[in-house]
Amino acid sequence: MMASSYSAKDEDGHITVSGPGGGTLRNKKPENTAFKQQRLPAWQPILTAGTVLPAFFIIGLIFIPIGIGLYVTSNNIKEFEIDYTGDDTSSPCYNCAKNFSWNNTKSCTCTIPFQLDQPYESNVFMYYGLSNFYQNHRRYVKSRDDSQLNGNIDSLKKPSKECEPYASIDNKPIAPCGAIANSMFNDTLTLFYNDPNGTSVPIPLTSTGIAWWTDKHVKFRNPVGTNSNLTAVFQGTVKPVNWHRPVYELDTDPENNGFINEDFIVWMRTAALPTFRKLYRIIQKKNTMAPTLPRGNYTLVVDYNYPVRSFEGRKRMILSTISWMGGKNPFLGIAYITVGSVCFFLGVVLLVIHHKYGNRNNSANISN
Amino acid sequence: MCQTVICCRVTPLQKAQVVQLVKKYKQAVTLAIGDGANDVSMIKVAHIGVGISGQEGMQAVLSSDFSFAQFRYLQRLLLVHGRWSYIRMCKFLGYFFYKNFTFTLVQFWYAFFCGFSAQTVYEDWFITFYNMVYTALPVLGMCLFDQDVNDRWSLYHPQLYAPGQKNQYFNKKAFVNCVMHSCYSSLILFFIPWASMHDTVRDDGKEIADYQSFALLAQTCLLIVVYTQLCLDTYYWTAVNHFFVWGSMVAYFSITLTMCSNGMFYMFTSSFPFIGTTRNSLNQPNVWLTIFLTFLLCILPVVAFRFIFIQLRPTINDKVRYKMRTEELPVPAPRRLRRRHSTRSGYAFSHSQGYGDLVTSRKFLMKRSTKRAPLFTQTDSSIFQNQPQHYRTIAEEAEESQGHSP
Repeated sequence: MMASSYSAKDEDGHITVSGPGGGTLRNKKPENTAFKQQRLPAWQPILTAGTVLPAFFIIGLIFIPIGIGLYVTSNNIKEFEIDYTGDDTSSPCYNCAKNFSWNNTKSCTCTIPFQLDQPYESNVFMYYGLSNFYQNHRRYVKSRDDSQLNGNIDSLKKPSKECEPYASIDNKPIAPCGAIANSMFNDTLTLFYNDPNGTSVPIPLTSTGIAWWTDKHVKFRNPVGTNSNLTAVFQGTVKPVNWHRPVYELDTDPENNGFINEDFIVWMRTAALPTFRKLYRIIQKKNTMAPTLPRGNYTLVVDYNYPVRSFEGRKRMILSTISWMGGKNPFLGIAYITVGSVCFFLGVVLLVIHHKYGNRNNSANISN
Repeated sequence: MCQTVICCRVTPLQKAQVVQLVKKYKQAVTLAIGDGANDVSMIKVAHIGVGISGQEGMQAVLSSDFSFAQFRYLQRLLLVHGRWSYIRMCKFLGYFFYKNFTFTLVQFWYAFFCGFSAQTVYEDWFITFYNMVYTALPVLGMCLFDQDVNDRWSLYHPQLYAPGQKNQYFNKKAFVNCVMHSCYSSLILFFIPWASMHDTVRDDGKEIADYQSFALLAQTCLLIVVYTQLCLDTYYWTAVNHFFVWGSMVAYFSITLTMCSNGMFYMFTSSFPFIGTTRNSLNQPNVWLTIFLTFLLCILPVVAFRFIFIQLRPTINDKVRYKMRTEELPVPAPRRLRRRHSTRSGYAFSHSQGYGDLVTSRKFLMKRSTKRAPLFTQTDSSIFQNQPQHYRTIAEEAEESQGHSP
C-alpha cells in the first residue's frame, strides 16, 4: 500500500523517502526563482490623469496643424478632369461610343475642347480614369502569369493554368496571357494647345517613367532569345484576343517594347477599388520660366478604342499637379483637423470629469 | 443565518453527496479539499478537487486537480493563483475574439468594393502568418505573466476575489462589447485607408492605389492597432512580454520586407508577387499619416472609455492598483505556531447564506424519487421563505421526528 511506505513530511514539504538504497531526499518544492514564482520585475502602468490628459491635449495640438498643412497642400494642387465616356448625345464622343464594334479596323476619333483657368506649373501628370471597373475581382486578379512576364521561356510557351481561358488560342500560347493583359486600356489621348494665334500646338507627352522602378526592372523582363529581335523571341505565340497589335509592337523604342512597355506595366498593376486612375503620360516642365500648361484653350483628341458602356463604366482624362502628399485628396487634411479637435475637446471633458469625480479612486473607501 | 455547516462522522459517500447537493441545487462552483482516501469521492464530485499530500497517503492527491502540502496553502491557491488564472483567461478570450473579428470584418467590408468576389484585402502570406506568427507570442506572453495586483496585495484584499465569483470579466455582455468594439475597429481600419487611397497617387505621380499597396496599408494598420490593444490590455510588463511584443512587430516588418524583396521573387516567382510593394509604398508620407490616423482613431476611444470608468465607477481592482503605486507593500501575515496534525482534515465551507440550510435539510439522506420537483416551487420550504433557521444537528433531528418531510 502506498500509505505505508510513506513517512512524515516536515513543514517545508520535503519528503523523505526511505528506499532500498538508503534515505534519499526528494524535494518536491518548485524552484524559488523569480520566473517560476511569478515575481519577475515588471513595469505596471495604469491610466492616471497625469498620463491620459496630457496625451489627449498633445495629440489634439499636433493633429490640428498637420491637418491644416495637409488641407492647404491639397487645395493648392490643381486638377482638371474630363469625362469622355460619350453616353450623352451632347458629348463629342457619343458617336464613337455608340458605333463601337470589335471588328473595327479603323479607330474612331473624337475631339473635346476644354479650357484651363489657371496655369499649371512644374510637372503635369496626365491620367486616364475608369469607374465601375472591378480590377479587384478575384478571378481577374489571379488571371496572370508572373513567370511569363518575368521573361521565363518555359512559361512563355506554356502559360499557367491561372490564365485560362485566355491562355492559348488554337493551341498557340498567348503572350501575355490572362484576363488582365487582355483587357488592357488602349485609348490614345493627345493634347493640343490652341494658342492665341489660332494654331494648334501639340503638347509633348513623355511615355516613360510612369511605372514603378521595381516593376520595370525586376518584375517585368522580356524573354531573352538567341538574337535580340523581339519579334523572333515571341515566335510561336499569339497576341491576346482583344489587342490590335502584338506585344512586340507596342512601341518603337526597344526599351519600352514587349513586356517592359510601361503602359502595359501600369495596367498590369491592378487597382484596389472600382474607381481608379492610372498614369498615362507626363508633361515635363519646360526649362524656361513659362508655366508648363499656360492658361487658355486646349483640345483633347481621343482614339476611342476601349468600350466601357456595356458594363456602365465611365472613362475620364485627368490633368493634375503633384505635391509631397500625392494627388488632390482633401480627406486626410479634413480627417486630421476633425480628429485633432475632437481629441482636444475630449481632453477638456476628461479634465472636467477628473476634477469633479477623480477622488473616487481614493484608497480609503476600499470596502466589501 | 446559517453560513457554515460542519458535518462530522460522515462516510465518504455522504461527503460526496453533500457536494453533489450543493452542485445541483445551488448552481454554484464547488471546491472540495481533503487529504485521505475517504475524501477521494468528495474530491472527484466537486468542480475543483484539491488534495493535500501528507500523512494519510497519496490517494487524495492522485484524484485531485490541484494538490499541495498544507491546508493553509488553499488561501493562496484561491486568492492569488485562482484569481490570476481567471483574469488571464478572460483577457485572453476577449482579446482573441477582438483580433480575429476585426481581421475578418475588414474583409467583409472590402467585399462591397470588389464585386463580392471573395478577394482578400490582405496578402495571402499575411493571412497565413497573422495568427501563427504575428499575434501568437504577444498573446501568450500576456496570458502567462499577467498580474493585475501582486500576490501580497491579493491576500491583503480578499474582496478582489469577488469578480471571479460573479463571472464579471467574460460573460454575454462582455462578449457583445467585444463584438461591437471589433465592428468599430474594422470600420475604421477599412474606411480610413479607403478614403485616403481613393483616386490618389504617390508623390512622384505614380501609382499607390493599386491592390498590393492597399493590402500592405490595410495589414499594417491592422497589426499596429491590434498590438496597441494588447499593450493596453497587458497590466504586467515583464522582460518576456517586451521581447514578445516588440519582437513580433520587428518580425512583421522583416518578414514583409523579405517577401517583397527581389531575391524571393526570383526564387519563387508565383508565390511572392508583392515584389517592390514595401519599397514603393512605405516611403510615402501619406501612407504613414494614414496609418497614424487609423491607429489613433481606434485606440483613443478605448483609452477614453477606460479612463472615464476609472474616474466615475472605479472597481475594487482599480482602487487596489492605484493604492499599490502609492503605498508600501503590506507586511505578510505572521506565521502561526505549528499545530499538531489533526487526525481529521476534510472540510467543507460555504461563502454565502443558504448552503447551511440546504445541507441540514437532509435532502441527501432521502431516497431518490422518480419525480424531483424544483426547489423553489415548494413554497412551504424555509429556504424559499428565507427565514432564519435554528442551529440544529441532523442526528438530533432524526431522533426528534420520524418521517419529517422538508
